[in-house]
Amino acid sequence: MAAKISYDDVEVGTELPAQSFPVSRATLVRYAGASGDFNPIHWNEKFAKEVGLPDVIAHGMFTMAEAARVVTDWAGDPAAVTEYGVRFTKPVVVPNDGTGALIEVSGKVAAKLDDDARTVRVDLTAMSAGQKVLGMSRAVVRLA
Amino acid sequence: MALDQSFVGRTYPPTDPYEVGREKIREFAEAIGDSNPAYTDTEAAKALGHPDVIAPPTFVFAITFKAAGQVIEDPQLGLDYSRVVHGDQKFAYTRPVRSGDRLTVTSTIEAVKSMAGNDILDIRGEVHDEAGEHVVTAHTKLVARAASEEG
Repeated sequence: MAAKISYDDVEVGTELPAQSFPVSRATLVRYAGASGDFNPIHWNEKFAKEVGLPDVIAHGMFTMAEAARVVTDWAGDPAAVTEYGVRFTKPVVVPNDGTGALIEVSGKVAAKLDDDARTVRVDLTAMSAGQKVLGMSRAVVRLA
Repeated sequence: MALDQSFVGRTYPPTDPYEVGREKIREFAEAIGDSNPAYTDTEAAKALGHPDVIAPPTFVFAITFKAAGQVIEDPQLGLDYSRVVHGDQKFAYTRPVRSGDRLTVTSTIEAVKSMAGNDILDIRGEVHDEAGEHVVTAHTKLVARAASEEG
């Protein structure tokens, strides 16, 4: 484990570099194959609408994976993440319009947890189309 | 119909080992658009202190969720999977999953609740390697929406 950020260099309120992640139907088909989650609500518009969704929606686990990148890119070593949790609050709706959706993720250090273990808690915010798509999105990160 | 509270604490038998392949990790990393070299380049992973390429933090969900199928499809529990949505997901890592791991998952029902007609099921998946060492624990909250909500 070799995080590139030092515990001593961060404080409560330190912001992580924000990132935006585009999602198209092709992204979802690819994620379905890689993850093994072939639920048709993630690729079949007709099916999604039949079960009451506005359109095809992204896999919650895809959104969770993208949000994690803000933390792992910041920490350098993905293994610096020792805990990571989210609540799926709103779906990321992905229209078949050639553009798709955008997931915008920001994060900040919410607490310095343990001076000896050099762990901090990072709180993430993930938005799509102006709505918060993840709640309680938190990671514990062990820094250098 | 509310789920049976007596299922709380029930543990299912460990799954057969899932062997983590480097090309599967690469496929997953590419699918989430993550070019972190720790996922694809053995030397980069070693430079960070890992014996081989590691998997992105959420990679293991595919393994733990498949294992949770034992619970979800348990006819005695009687969960209506057609109404299930993923509520919360959490991981607690001892170490990252890496190429070559042979992982078993032991699923336990942590909680069964009924709120506003919804059935809420908390499943804990303990992931161990071939040596029996803990790798990661996945906490998955599933919500089976009340039948009356359907139009």
